[in-house]
Amino acid sequence: MDVLALARWQFAIVTVYHWIFVPLTLGLGLAIALMETQYVRSGDEKYKKMVMFWSKMFLVNFAIGVATGLFQEFQFGMNWSEYSRFVGDIFGVPLAIEALLAFFLESTFLGIWIFGWEKVSKKLHLFAIWMVVIGSNLSAFWILIANAFMQHPVGYHLANGRAEMIDFLAVATNSYVWTQYSHVFFGGISTAAFFIITVSIYQINKNKNQDVFKVSFKFAVFYGAVGVLFVTLVGHSQAQMMIEQQPMKMAAAEALWETENPAAMSLFTIGDEAKREDVFAIKVPSGLSFLAYNSFEGEVKGIKNIQAEYEIKYGPGDYVPPVAVSYWSFRMMVGSGTAMYLLIFLAWWVAFKKDFNFSPLFYKVLLYGVGLPYVANATGWIFTEIGRQPWTVFGVLRIEDSVSIATSAGEVLFSMIGFTLLYAALLIPTIHLWRKFAIEGTDGLEIHESTHSEN
Amino acid sequence: MDLNTLWFILVAVLFVGFFFLEGFDFGVGILLPFLGKDDRSRRVIINTIGPHWDGNEVWLLTAGGAIFAAFPNWYATMFSGFYIALFLLVASLVVRAVAFEYRSKVENPRWRNMWDWGIFFGSFVSALLWGVALANLIRGVPIDETMTYTGGFFNLLNPYALVGGLATLSLFTLHGAIFLTLKTTDDILESTRAVAKKLWPVTTIILLLFVAYSYVETEMFAALGINPGSIPVIALLAILSVGTLLKAKKEGWAFVMTGITIAASTVIIFTGLFPRVMVSSTNPEWSLTIYTASSSDYTLGVMSIVAAIFVPLVLVYQVWSYWVFKKRVSRNSELEY
Ligand code: HDD
Ligand code: HEM
Ligand code: HEM
Repeated sequence: MDVLALARWQFAIVTVYHWIFVPLTLGLGLAIALMETQYVRSGDEKYKKMVMFWSKMFLVNFAIGVATGLFQEFQFGMNWSEYSRFVGDIFGVPLAIEALLAFFLESTFLGIWIFGWEKVSKKLHLFAIWMVVIGSNLSAFWILIANAFMQHPVGYHLANGRAEMIDFLAVATNSYVWTQYSHVFFGGISTAAFFIITVSIYQINKNKNQDVFKVSFKFAVFYGAVGVLFVTLVGHSQAQMMIEQQPMKMAAAEALWETENPAAMSLFTIGDEAKREDVFAIKVPSGLSFLAYNSFEGEVKGIKNIQAEYEIKYGPGDYVPPVAVSYWSFRMMVGSGTAMYLLIFLAWWVAFKKDFNFSPLFYKVLLYGVGLPYVANATGWIFTEIGRQPWTVFGVLRIEDSVSIATSAGEVLFSMIGFTLLYAALLIPTIHLWRKFAIEGTDGLEIHESTHSEN
Repeated sequence: MDLNTLWFILVAVLFVGFFFLEGFDFGVGILLPFLGKDDRSRRVIINTIGPHWDGNEVWLLTAGGAIFAAFPNWYATMFSGFYIALFLLVASLVVRAVAFEYRSKVENPRWRNMWDWGIFFGSFVSALLWGVALANLIRGVPIDETMTYTGGFFNLLNPYALVGGLATLSLFTLHGAIFLTLKTTDDILESTRAVAKKLWPVTTIILLLFVAYSYVETEMFAALGINPGSIPVIALLAILSVGTLLKAKKEGWAFVMTGITIAASTVIIFTGLFPRVMVSSTNPEWSLTIYTASSSDYTLGVMSIVAAIFVPLVLVYQVWSYWVFKKRVSRNSELEY
């Protein structure tokens, strides 16, 4: 493999790995902040127990999220130096702001929150977890501004042989980022909800710690319903924006070879990527037009037509992303989302209407249901990023012009193997700890006394 | 002063903050297996930096982000050039970060011992690599006319850089030992005091050796002449005073003095570089400067406004967090990690 292929694999591996942990940090952090708010308001020790238990899970996740984030910050310069030179004027800014605004807030207040149970007042302690939540969301927002620029570049011009920023506000309020951030935010909530449900139902099934875990379960069902509902709604508007901003990605997601009006939506397609035609397909007539325009009519452009258009606009080249990967990753995300809908409402019904009388089968399904949001998160990003190919910055910079010149294939291979092994090795103790905590439940949980509990 | 100079200074300030703060938590990590005689004392030692190490590390992330935003060519050339060194640095920081959080979550002594050594190696390798990197920055590395690094990993491992590595390693360890004397009690305090006293002469000798070597190996000190100006003298006096202060049990002042040594040395390195950010050993003309490596004036202006608003805010709450945890940690304190 050459440097480019290796650098791409490395980026995919380390970023998807970082992304395993990020959504849970976002969603579970907020959940814990809500629980602690409830504790401070009601003074009910049950909520404190909930906070203590879920925070153990959260901190393990957070630690590995931080650890894997470190390399993210460095890898643009290491593997993508020409990209960094070309767009650093714009792209570096949100990254620097993220560190200054978000990482400091997150890490400093997390320290106070973990170590401060007996050092600061109850209210200040609560304030600290909310600062952590705000910090992680600011972090998500600013890094997504950087990513949004790559998907939909705005606020720049080309000068001095590179892209230079001319309008910071335009970059920071990119239309792309609002939907993307919302989607990620509600995706995080859904992830945390399923995480809480899985652990809670295990404990409930064991007939242990009923008070804490039944309340957690009910909370998660509600939390998850909100998350899944909004992730879908926002996803729908993302698809509509995509048709305007990155029509090729949408065409690839649907394996739509030719422009159609009204356009059909594919339920299942086996296609021939080289010949750009279907081998076998099941389609819903007018479905895609409806998705795109909320109406049964409307033109959606096909891959071949857009390719021809782009050749005129950008010069000769292949502008078609890997269709099969785009198509299936999109379907896996939406499929998982649909399954999550179903599960969350069944879980709601079992919790509130049936007083937790669930069948062994439903127990199994919920226990493993936690995999769904993880699949949706990973495939969602893979789709977003692969669908942008061959561009690193859409319409501006191609991926083969982004990669580092100074590094050799051997070096990239070395660090790729190094990180893959290191990350794989770290997964073992992480899962071990999660399992241990899930099995122990609240048995032997150390409950901190708040010495300042009066204020 | 133009914005390019301002941002060069800001980057230097971020590195001063990073070396000062993370310097002592590297030191604490390095000393952990040696000073921690039993599990409880190891926990005490880790808890002295528990609430702070991540916030300290963010100084580095911010410095990295600031270099990317203000001097993209510096970021690109240095990070793609120092590839393997950065890989080792990041890998060791990753291990360290996870180890802090995981080690006390399981009772098993083998589990804990494994993570303790993770903390040690993570801190040791990082502390060493920083000196290697800094020494290479001032010595110069092969860079061609397109701002591309043309050396390999082993170019970075010259004897001069290794002495630089030993210098940061020993200075951070001493700094960490003195930090521990301010944060521990009883038997741990006693053994830490003893270690700090032993570390001081070694550190001083290595630092002096590094300075002497720098006169031979780089042109920056030659440019300073016989009268090096006040900052190097301050650095020298500061490190020399540490021995006496430790003997007099004035550890607070000793900590200030190692801090000054770290800050002043960083300033010396950055003033030596100025106005260059990366020195080309191939041809001085091809060095990257704060002008050839920088972002546009517009971007630098935006970043200046952002920094002016948020840097003071960050300083306030970071200082506050040190104040919240100002008490010494003892064996019967409530421990988290
Ligand atoms: C939408 C959210 C999101 C995305 C797309 C990314 N991250 Fe991330 N990152 C976070 C959300 C986040 C977080 C929620 O703030 C984390 C995750 C777990 C954590 O502890 O903080 C974090 C941690 C984290 C850290 C450690 C911070 C610390 O020491 O406290 C760094 C340096 C990065 N990230 C950098 C990156 C970079 C350069 C990315 C681009 C490829 C990236 N992250 C993608
Ligand atoms: C955390 C969620 C993310 C995931 C899971 C993810 C996933 C991926 C994947 C799988 C690729 C490889 C595509 C390929 O090689 O064909 C890629 C490429 C890339 N992504 Fe992302 N990405 C994420 C976030 C981001 C963010 C936030 C940024 C920018 C701030 C970003 C910038 C890039 C760059 C520079 C590349 C390399 C060029 C390329 O391969 O297209 N990514 N990403
Ligand atoms: C069920 C209906 C869903 C729809 C219609 C939908 C739609 C979309 C679309 C169109 C994109 C691509 C945006 C772009 O590249 O411009 C996307 C990306 C993404 N999706 Fe979904 N999605 C759904 C469910 C989910 C669920 C349940 C999750 C996770 C829990 C999820 C996580 C993600 C992530 C992480 C991304 C990448 C980041 C982004 O571009 O926002 N999605 N989704």
